[in-house]
Amino acid sequence: MTERGNPLIVGAGPAGIRAAQALAAAGLRPVVVDEGQRCGGQIYRQPLVADGRDARQRYGSEVAKAMDLHRAFEGLVARIDYRPQSLVWNLRDGVADIMRDGRNDRIAYDGLILATGATDRVLPIPGWTLPGVFTLGGAQIALKAQGCAIGTDVVFVGSGPLLYLVAWQYLKAGISVAAVLDAAPRSAKLNLWRGLPLAPDIVLRGIRMAAELKLSGTALHFGVTDVRIEGAARVEHISWRSRGRDHGIDCDGIGYGLNLRSETQLADLAGCAFRYDMRDRAHLPLRDVTGRSSAAGIYLAGDGARIAGADAAERAGERAALALLEDRGLTHDAARAAKLERELQRIDRFRDVLETAFPFPAHWADGIADDTLLCRCEEITAGEARQAIGNFSLYEVNRLKAVSRVGMGRCQGRVCGTAAAELMTRETGRDIACVGRLRAQPPVKPIPFALCLREPTNEGQHESAH
Amino acid sequence: MPLLHRLARIGHAAIAFTLDGVPCEGRAGDTLLTAILRHGERLRESEFSASPRAGFCQMGACQDCWVQCEDGERLRACTTPLVEGMRIVTRQRTQP
Repeated sequence: MTERGNPLIVGAGPAGIRAAQALAAAGLRPVVVDEGQRCGGQIYRQPLVADGRDARQRYGSEVAKAMDLHRAFEGLVARIDYRPQSLVWNLRDGVADIMRDGRNDRIAYDGLILATGATDRVLPIPGWTLPGVFTLGGAQIALKAQGCAIGTDVVFVGSGPLLYLVAWQYLKAGISVAAVLDAAPRSAKLNLWRGLPLAPDIVLRGIRMAAELKLSGTALHFGVTDVRIEGAARVEHISWRSRGRDHGIDCDGIGYGLNLRSETQLADLAGCAFRYDMRDRAHLPLRDVTGRSSAAGIYLAGDGARIAGADAAERAGERAALALLEDRGLTHDAARAAKLERELQRIDRFRDVLETAFPFPAHWADGIADDTLLCRCEEITAGEARQAIGNFSLYEVNRLKAVSRVGMGRCQGRVCGTAAAELMTRETGRDIACVGRLRAQPPVKPIPFALCLREPTNEGQHESAH
Repeated sequence: MPLLHRLARIGHAAIAFTLDGVPCEGRAGDTLLTAILRHGERLRESEFSASPRAGFCQMGACQDCWVQCEDGERLRACTTPLVEGMRIVTRQRTQP
């Protein structure tokens, strides 16, 4: 087996770290490529320099998990080929293109674990491109990793556990949280009681956060619709409807998100089969409970494959690594693998409950105004997209992309892809599962033109700077 | 008024950079996004409507925070650490 090449792990969040740990423990030396400067992913992100706050202040109730992961990874660095601040921008036939510092490395890999994580899912709302509007994840990163607040009078809007978590974190940091605007009806939260036996700590912590927000004077609104962000050159005001009435409040920062969406571009380039997933309301790469994808030697772990959170990501990363070891004919701990699968199934059942308590507000996509920007990159309005769908009788999102450029910009549809599919299903009457998914294209993120012109190098060898 | 408000690293070492020609100071540990939005309300103007933008996801996904340096180099502000002497332009310039 020594003649076989090294596996590649993409991502150094909870899934990637645990995968690397399991492979290194079996004597392999995986290449670990991560865009971050330090390990931890987004959830356990570390600051660029020490900032005087301790880990408990930064990670709250998750401090032990964060520190354990960071320590585990630091202990691995000598035994793996760790490449931070590096982007895998293309994958094909066992070869990955990796950009670091404007230089390209082309490496061959034998076994691939994708732990690419997730970003906030959003739908377009009027004013969402104004300075001062960040995703919930973005608002959290500003606070956690940069020690900055996105405003002095902040409103959080959307759906998902992150809505309350980030609002509570801002409150604890001493920032005035003017309002939390939840797209879901208040009654949806009653579903949390069904989650109590599955994950009592998480449910009770969530309820405590909401209670503390309420007690601090933060206005909590439920069943929110018709959200509109206003301001001349930055956020100044937000208005919405709830309980049959119009509301509005002044603010100077907004955190917005509708739960998360998986980063699946690399799985697509790697040739994994996809299917529509009802819970995530998205096309996701097929994967079994072991983490094996439809393609031999390619494994999927963490939120990049399906949204399940950091605790699941740790277990899925390790489980996928054990599957890789087994497929390579190496010894692997079958009892451990079975235990991880049981834990993953339990978390998955809790995830079903969470989805009912924090549902995606698909009805927000019903009335997107024609003059609202659908695509931030190419600045295409919902009206222009509707017109393209009508004029060209489009019924599939890649056709919409070709005709209108929606999803063709710098973000490659990460931000607008959800809205494009929702709009398409409404305009055509076709089921959301049948309007297609934006196909991934290399480069999956922007790279300089100069990079493409350079001759690729072999594994581990940096080309000389010229 | 700046978009971001600093709660930590207030006394960290200063890092000088310029924003549209105006000398500014960031702090050690700043991303370029943080350093710029501690001083201003925008990172760039959009290509088609010249509307102000100030990033969105802060995790390298949305690509809405690419800024331009005076020498024409482009940097993704949320994933680029601030470096002494950076010269950033946030307003669209007419091409020479």
